[in-house]
Amino acid sequence: MSKRIEVNDLNCYYGKFLAVEDVSMTIQPRSVTAFIGPSGCGKSTFLRTLNRMHEVIPGAYVEGDVLLDGNNLYGPGVDPVNVRRQVGMVFQRPNPFPTMSIKDNVLAGYKLNKQRMNATEANDLLERSLRGANLWEEVKNRLDKPGSGLSGGQQQRLCIARAIAMQPEVLLMDEPCSALDPISTLAVEDLIQELKETYTIVIVTHNMQQAARVSDETAFFNIAGTGAPGKLIEMGPTVKIFSTPDVKATEDYITGRFG
Amino acid sequence: MTSVTQSTRQVTPTPAPQRATKTRRRIGDQVFSGLATGSGVTILVILAMVAGFLLMQAFPALTTPPAQLEAQGYGEFWSWILPFAWGTVWASFWALLLGVPVAIGIALFITHYAPRRLASGLGYVIDLLAAVPSVVFGLWGSAVLAPAVQPLYLWLNANLGWIPFFAGQPSGTGRTLLTAAIVLAVMILPIVTSLSREVFLQTPVLHQEAALALGATRWEMIRMAVLPFGRAGVVSAVMLGLGRALGETMAVAMVLSGAPVITAEILTSQNPNTIAAVIAQNFPEAYGLKTNQLIAGGLVLFIITLVVNMCARLIVARYKEFSGAN
Repeated sequence: MSKRIEVNDLNCYYGKFLAVEDVSMTIQPRSVTAFIGPSGCGKSTFLRTLNRMHEVIPGAYVEGDVLLDGNNLYGPGVDPVNVRRQVGMVFQRPNPFPTMSIKDNVLAGYKLNKQRMNATEANDLLERSLRGANLWEEVKNRLDKPGSGLSGGQQQRLCIARAIAMQPEVLLMDEPCSALDPISTLAVEDLIQELKETYTIVIVTHNMQQAARVSDETAFFNIAGTGAPGKLIEMGPTVKIFSTPDVKATEDYITGRFG
Repeated sequence: MTSVTQSTRQVTPTPAPQRATKTRRRIGDQVFSGLATGSGVTILVILAMVAGFLLMQAFPALTTPPAQLEAQGYGEFWSWILPFAWGTVWASFWALLLGVPVAIGIALFITHYAPRRLASGLGYVIDLLAAVPSVVFGLWGSAVLAPAVQPLYLWLNANLGWIPFFAGQPSGTGRTLLTAAIVLAVMILPIVTSLSREVFLQTPVLHQEAALALGATRWEMIRMAVLPFGRAGVVSAVMLGLGRALGETMAVAMVLSGAPVITAEILTSQNPNTIAAVIAQNFPEAYGLKTNQLIAGGLVLFIITLVVNMCARLIVARYKEFSGAN
């Protein structure tokens, strides 16, 4: 259920603007890979290329290859809709569908697949996904209430439940805790530790401690200046990046000397 | 207006001097809140005055014995008004049925499908449509549209005549209730389109991306995120459109030659007129009880509009919890 991601010479554009330049990396299955770096360095942009959400923005496009267990996501004839069904995403701000109940939110992706499900299967999936997101106990008595009535942390876990209900190969998280309080953050971090047993997880974070706590591998992105493209500076085991990085800029960033 | 402003000023409590934290009232705030309150009250006063006028003027027609109304008016009130009330509702129903899907389609096209330059151009053209006077629509409906769609009516009647709406002897001129409804549909297009477009544009990008990231196609994304989010706004837009359709006078009067019949058939030459058109056609020559009777007709139209609006509010309120406003 979890797959290796291989990125080769990837450039991300917004129209004519080159936002991220020449990224190559390998992301291991069943592990957590963290992207760190200063604001505007292209971490989120790059993350969004991994499930082809980048091109949703008008004028945005990508050059290069992203291989999911050898299959190029940007190959000819590949439907971005199918890519997104294999690569789930959790956003910076919790975004459950406000017009749907908690239950419908979790099952939203599944219903899209037009798979016929009887009520038992649906309830099974619902409970499994909500338990997977550590939310079941909190919401089991109000599954028909709107998802927007939950707290921010619960909403974010609902979004995670919605993503894992699709049983994706990979789970992308774009600063999933930046809108949450410390307790909810802890809940989501614990959850990430559990989820990596099953999924390949990629997380963008601004929080250095968070990257150190949750990730196995860390990639540091940086930009030379405003208007310059973001680049992958260094990638390696989190322990190494946070103790003895190869590049001076990484060390400066991690120790708080800039960014 | 001025009296209203003065009365609100009297209501404003003067801050007690002994209060420890004295909040200073700023002139600008006071003036603005006075103006805003005044405007709010004005609309209520106008509505009350219209309702009062309708009630008072309609009263004689409603209380006069049928025999007297037969002699001096247009005949017994309820049997007189019923066909027209039916015609009003029936024509508006078809106008909505034809107009609203197109309007929502255009709004979605502008907001989610069209390239940006085409979208703004199209939006402008739609708004222009709202500026065309209803007389012009009426002329167009009776002179151009009616003859043009008449063959289609014959076809509908011949092939789908088993559906009650399309039954009967089709009109030879094409000036039928359906033609009037088409004209009304065109007339409500701009307002429904503009308002729906505004609502659809408000859909948070976050929700749209949530749907896309789950592997939704564009249409599925619209169904999951855009339409549910816009539901309340679209209902309001439809209600405004319906208001225009119910109250439209000139276009209907010019297209239809109405008869006092209640029929579901929309292709025949025997069409129920609408209340608004009846009032416009008869008011210039009316006197005495006839005037009262026409105004009573106006009251009925007023009540129909009110009831329809309340129903729409109820529908919206049922989904309130899920509106996304919380």
